Amino acid sequence: MNRYAVKLAIRHLLAHPGQTALLMAGVALGVSVFIFMSALIGGLATLLTQRTVGSIPHVVLEMPDRDPSVLVPSGAAQVVLQKDLSRRDQIAIWQPAVPIIEKTPGVTALSPQIRGSAFVERGQAVAPVGVIGVQPGKLSDIADIDGAMVDGTSTLPADGILIGSRLAGDLGLRVGQVVRLSSDRGRARSFRIGGIFSLGIASADRQAVYMNFTTARALFDLPTGISRIEIKVQPATDAPRIAAALRRSTGLKATAWTEDNSQLFEGLDAQARTGTIIKAFSLITIVVGIASAMLLSIVRRQAEIGIMRAMGASKGLVVSIFVLEGTLIGLVGAVVGALAAWLALLPLPPVSEVRSGGLPIDRAQGDFLLAVTLTTLAAMLASILPARNAARIDPVEAIGQ
Amino acid sequence: MSADPIFSVSGLTKAFGEGEGEVLVLRGIDLAMEAGEMTALLGPSGSGKSTLLTILGTLMRASGGSHAMLGVDLMHASDAERTEFRSRHLGFVFQFHHLLPDLSALENVMMPAAAAAGRETRAMRSRAMDLLDAVGLADRRDYRPSAMSGGQRQRAAVARALINNPVLVLADEPTGNLDRQSADQVMDLIRSINRTMATSFLISTHDEHIAAQCQRRIELLDGRIVRS
Repeated sequence: MNRYAVKLAIRHLLAHPGQTALLMAGVALGVSVFIFMSALIGGLATLLTQRTVGSIPHVVLEMPDRDPSVLVPSGAAQVVLQKDLSRRDQIAIWQPAVPIIEKTPGVTALSPQIRGSAFVERGQAVAPVGVIGVQPGKLSDIADIDGAMVDGTSTLPADGILIGSRLAGDLGLRVGQVVRLSSDRGRARSFRIGGIFSLGIASADRQAVYMNFTTARALFDLPTGISRIEIKVQPATDAPRIAAALRRSTGLKATAWTEDNSQLFEGLDAQARTGTIIKAFSLITIVVGIASAMLLSIVRRQAEIGIMRAMGASKGLVVSIFVLEGTLIGLVGAVVGALAAWLALLPLPPVSEVRSGGLPIDRAQGDFLLAVTLTTLAAMLASILPARNAARIDPVEAIGQ
Repeated sequence: MSADPIFSVSGLTKAFGEGEGEVLVLRGIDLAMEAGEMTALLGPSGSGKSTLLTILGTLMRASGGSHAMLGVDLMHASDAERTEFRSRHLGFVFQFHHLLPDLSALENVMMPAAAAAGRETRAMRSRAMDLLDAVGLADRRDYRPSAMSGGQRQRAAVARALINNPVLVLADEPTGNLDRQSADQVMDLIRSINRTMATSFLISTHDEHIAAQCQRRIELLDGRIVRS
């Protein structure tokens, strides 16, 4: 670093404090927009992702679909394959897969489940439900049932079930009441309603019934196997990659949440692209602003540049002075803008506490460092061309001799 | 003339423009200067004085002829080599002081040395102080040019020209913008430096009074030396 170039660049900036401050304020504004957009787009994505994938599994492991093997030798015959429905879909040997899944990077929780269809009957009222048999300690590993309880407790005794608030409303059910459940395997028994939850997802609140894993085995006539393993991963957007890894390591069919929610994913993607475009425009504005300011500064200092060149200053020194000048404007403006944005975003609540109508701004996703780095680099690049012009100034013309 | 001149030019020509619009400003200059010489370059406006000084100062290339200084062929040196040569061996004083407005007098005097070295050093500061002292501006060291008089600025410019201990100082109408008293002060200063530091000066001027204070005079007319 040429210390003399740094000194002269600083002197140039301090010589016109008002103009320098105005330039830096412009850069700061651009950086604030950059950070605000990052925090908003990131926060919005987090909110939508939280709301959408917060209560659903990120990866589901099931038995792969079985196709019947072709017994006829290949030849001219036309072969029609039909899905084999002769056996139940179950993961018969699932325990060895559990440690493999747990050790997979990104996996935060897993829940082996027994699932089946049933009817809830109370008097003359009947409603179809989806029963989820979970291990009691893993009740809230996928959907936060504990946090969603609106009545009763979330414990799962052998004769207890948890039902959703909409189902309770439809059938007029309350905690402590006994209902009868008839499974699609032809088995039926009575259960006491231990608690009522409200996840805020209509389908779950109307149709999901949670019960003890062991009880579900008996109800669905599944003595050893399980229906599926549900998995949570962090971050949720890594689900496709983790699903692929699990598919390889367990041999099971692994479905990431993104496959069933591709529209949301595309929406988030489009939103992120929009944010990138807005951020790019704020950077372009900074580049144009700094480049034009540097060109003006160079025109004003033409005679000075000429005299320095006449006194033996190299072209490299002249380039360094003006590139440093632009870079300093970018750096200081960016730091001030980042600081201002940080202070402005400080009082805003975290995304998880945003109320309806509020802006879901996530300060942690503000890309403060990226904004400062990119702006400084952009400012440096914006100064290079004007600085090279400055170095080409003919000293004889510039000093009018 | 000495066998070892500090510079010599021979058959030097300079043309501006091309084709029919070509203007020949220098038409074959043969000139050499000895170390420690103080020479006045006289001639009417348009005679080519400033162009000759500019070429001798390596700020412009001649169109033809030869130009050598301290054994270096400056006609064929690259731009970077000429810049470095200028920085090490030449000093300039212009009609207008051309001090940098954002630097103090001391910083302005140090500028050519600092620009070459990439930083200001204690030794530079000390030499700049000595030079400011020599030109009678020691008490103005922290003043910006805007806070100094015309004569003071020009004396600071003379001090700046000397910071790299040049062999030759090229002065183009150094007193042209000054009143008689300030002009005399600057010329006294130049003569004193020429005597004590043995620095050569080539001073372009219209003023016979200035020329009379130099040891040698060269007269230029229409791009030719008519008296040397």
